[in-house]
Amino acid sequence: MSALLDIRNLTLRTGAETLVSDLSLAIEPGARLGLIGESGSGKSLTSMAVMGLLPKNISVEGSILLDGQQVVGTREGTLNKLRGQAAAVVFQEPLTALDPLMKIGRQVAEPLQRRWSREGRRLDGRDLNREVIGLLEEVSLPTPERIAASFPHEISGGQRQRVAIAMALACQPKLLIADEPTTALDVTTQAEVLKLLDSLVRESGMALLFISHDLPVVSQIVESVVVLRKGVAVEAGPVGEVFARPQDAYTRSLVDAAQQFDRALEGVR
Amino acid sequence: MSTVEETMALPPAKPKARHSFTLWLGLVLVGIHVAMAALTLFWTPYDPGSMSGGRLAPPSWEHWAGTDRLGRDFFTQIMIGSRIALIVGTGAVAIGAVIGVTLGMLAAFATKFWDDALAAALDILIAFPTLLLAMLIVALGDSASLFTAILALGIAISAIVARLTRILAKRVLGQDYIIASRTSGTSWPGVVSRHVLPNIWPTLSVNFALQFGLAVIAEASLSYLGLGAPPPNASWGRLLQEAQGTVYTAPIGAIAPGIALVTLVIGMNLLADGLRDIGDPTRKRSR
Amino acid sequence: MSIVSVENVSFGYGRDRLVLNDVSLTVKPGVSIGLVGESGSGKTTLLRLLLGLGKPSAGRILFGDKVLDAGNRGFMRDYRRNVQAVFQDPYSSLDPRQTVLGIISEPLESLGIAGDHRQMVIAALEAVGLEGNILGRYPHEFSGGQRQRIAIARAIVARPQLVLADEAVSALDLSTKVRIVELFKELAAQVTLLFVSHDLGVVAALCEEIVILERGRIVESGNTHEILKNPQHPYTRTLLASVPRMSA
Repeated sequence: MSALLDIRNLTLRTGAETLVSDLSLAIEPGARLGLIGESGSGKSLTSMAVMGLLPKNISVEGSILLDGQQVVGTREGTLNKLRGQAAAVVFQEPLTALDPLMKIGRQVAEPLQRRWSREGRRLDGRDLNREVIGLLEEVSLPTPERIAASFPHEISGGQRQRVAIAMALACQPKLLIADEPTTALDVTTQAEVLKLLDSLVRESGMALLFISHDLPVVSQIVESVVVLRKGVAVEAGPVGEVFARPQDAYTRSLVDAAQQFDRALEGVR
Repeated sequence: MSTVEETMALPPAKPKARHSFTLWLGLVLVGIHVAMAALTLFWTPYDPGSMSGGRLAPPSWEHWAGTDRLGRDFFTQIMIGSRIALIVGTGAVAIGAVIGVTLGMLAAFATKFWDDALAAALDILIAFPTLLLAMLIVALGDSASLFTAILALGIAISAIVARLTRILAKRVLGQDYIIASRTSGTSWPGVVSRHVLPNIWPTLSVNFALQFGLAVIAEASLSYLGLGAPPPNASWGRLLQEAQGTVYTAPIGAIAPGIALVTLVIGMNLLADGLRDIGDPTRKRSR
Repeated sequence: MSIVSVENVSFGYGRDRLVLNDVSLTVKPGVSIGLVGESGSGKTTLLRLLLGLGKPSAGRILFGDKVLDAGNRGFMRDYRRNVQAVFQDPYSSLDPRQTVLGIISEPLESLGIAGDHRQMVIAALEAVGLEGNILGRYPHEFSGGQRQRIAIARAIVARPQLVLADEAVSALDLSTKVRIVELFKELAAQVTLLFVSHDLGVVAALCEEIVILERGRIVESGNTHEILKNPQHPYTRTLLASVPRMSA
């Protein structure tokens, strides 16, 4: 079967600077890939490129096939239909990912209604309400009615991130792109949200592109990884392999760093 | 929050950024007026009061801008107008700056109640048309002197400056380096002079340059309406008023002060634009 | 004799909104101590109180044997000579309009410390792994990790006894984080460290003692090694279990 996301020789440039260089990676339907990189690695830009959401000053070369549709150089109209259906994104900062002036219920309703209308059906009134509450329950939010009636600033960061996940799920995408979704969260909240993401992705058979700088976090949720350094993929492979036997020097330094803190926690100094 | 990386290699010192064309043009235009004004302090082509030429004579080699209706050299009067305009602009902005920055700074540090009260008062003052406000203050004074006009304009400017200072200062005060400064043992006045003022100055200075131009125009308007000193110590506004009756027969009477006014104000605006680019910290080079 | 000790401190707005509730801890010279908590734990507030940026609603903070009086200028000058801080965001903690020299020498000037300030600044820069020839540069010319080093240099230039680090590595990339943690380890030989963080891994690598805060209360404290091996309080256990490990 052909890959759900097939990136070939992707190069992103702005003026004289090359941000991403000759990147290739593929995600099969239902597979989970981690994109590991520190700041300046180009990882977030790559996810934006996949969605066709790069700022105008960045030039794109190469090919991105998302669900069989070429993204590079494609008209906005075609891309619009693709978004949400083929892929949806969960961002890092729950505070800014949600509209502060709109109640949660309304924000979740938006992608729901769009998906229904794409299927030629209408969703409103009590049915819409039911679907919204159902979705909020799916992301394990305790009091979905209260939350649907609240504004973003009235709920906690962890709850906001769950709402963002719910909105991404509402589109029923084939590929879920999560860009540092737990970086801004507390450690205990992070663990819960990761578990949620894990189970939701497994249950729905969605593919997952998980972007992060946090190696231990990535190791818990993906099957394979690509390590990016300054826009260049330096290593790729199954996550267990890459972390246990890193071939590239940079990957090795990252793995060593992560293990240092791990060891400190085990009580070994 | 997103993470930041570290590179041990230091980036090379950036070459000095070229100052923009607007800045140079602005400096030239303003500079011409400053030069003329300075010159009038000890020399003018003709004595301002002397009726040296024919009445309403057109421009000639002897009288570059012709003469006014009493035969006095017009170019001299334009030059004197530069001096007056610069005095007005500088004076009004100075008064506005001193009062405005002080009030704005106090508001930034004040408790919510006083801050809100001050903000409301400033809003009311700003909403008042500057010209009317100035006329009101001039009317309260006993004569239409230059000083009263400068004071009136200064007060109008101070309201806007205070509002701006308040917002800028608040933004700076929310930064971590302010807490770091306090932790370093710096007193609040020290924090203001060392950190707050330098960081709000670039935006403020641009605003001052713009207010300068507005003040000059406002004073010209006041003089035009008859609230200014008569020739030969007239400002351009007054000259414009005098030119009204003879604008068809001796157009230079309106054109000359008009050009002078426009070049000074545009010059100041261009200067403001150029200053804004200079004030950007990411363009500062290391010494 | 402790450097700083917190005695039954509470802080809050109103009866039932206590941000800190009866917190006590002692900072002993040479013993680095980690303050661990998530958002809402009160760790930021405690840090502010320790920096003299607020007064406790109840209880007191002792500096040596004197009570911390934020209003007493002479006292605070002496206190600040001995207690300095490093903050979380390397982009907001350095004044963009000041040179490196200006930034690092500020404590020396404000605290009236005698001596060749320029030399002391260069010494501080070298201690944090930067070169002394960057004095004339501006913050925007440096990367995040380098800025954090500059902030650390500022904190140690006056040779304080105690340095309070508020999530000082949380905003840094992994490889930078490791390097800055190494730097703190080196510096721990000369200053005592109170490290506030939500990251147990970092605290475990740096601190001998650990204090765990949950919703304004200390739920567990003691030797880091022992607590990590044998967490007693359920919150500590949850915290430990939540930290993602490499060994998946």
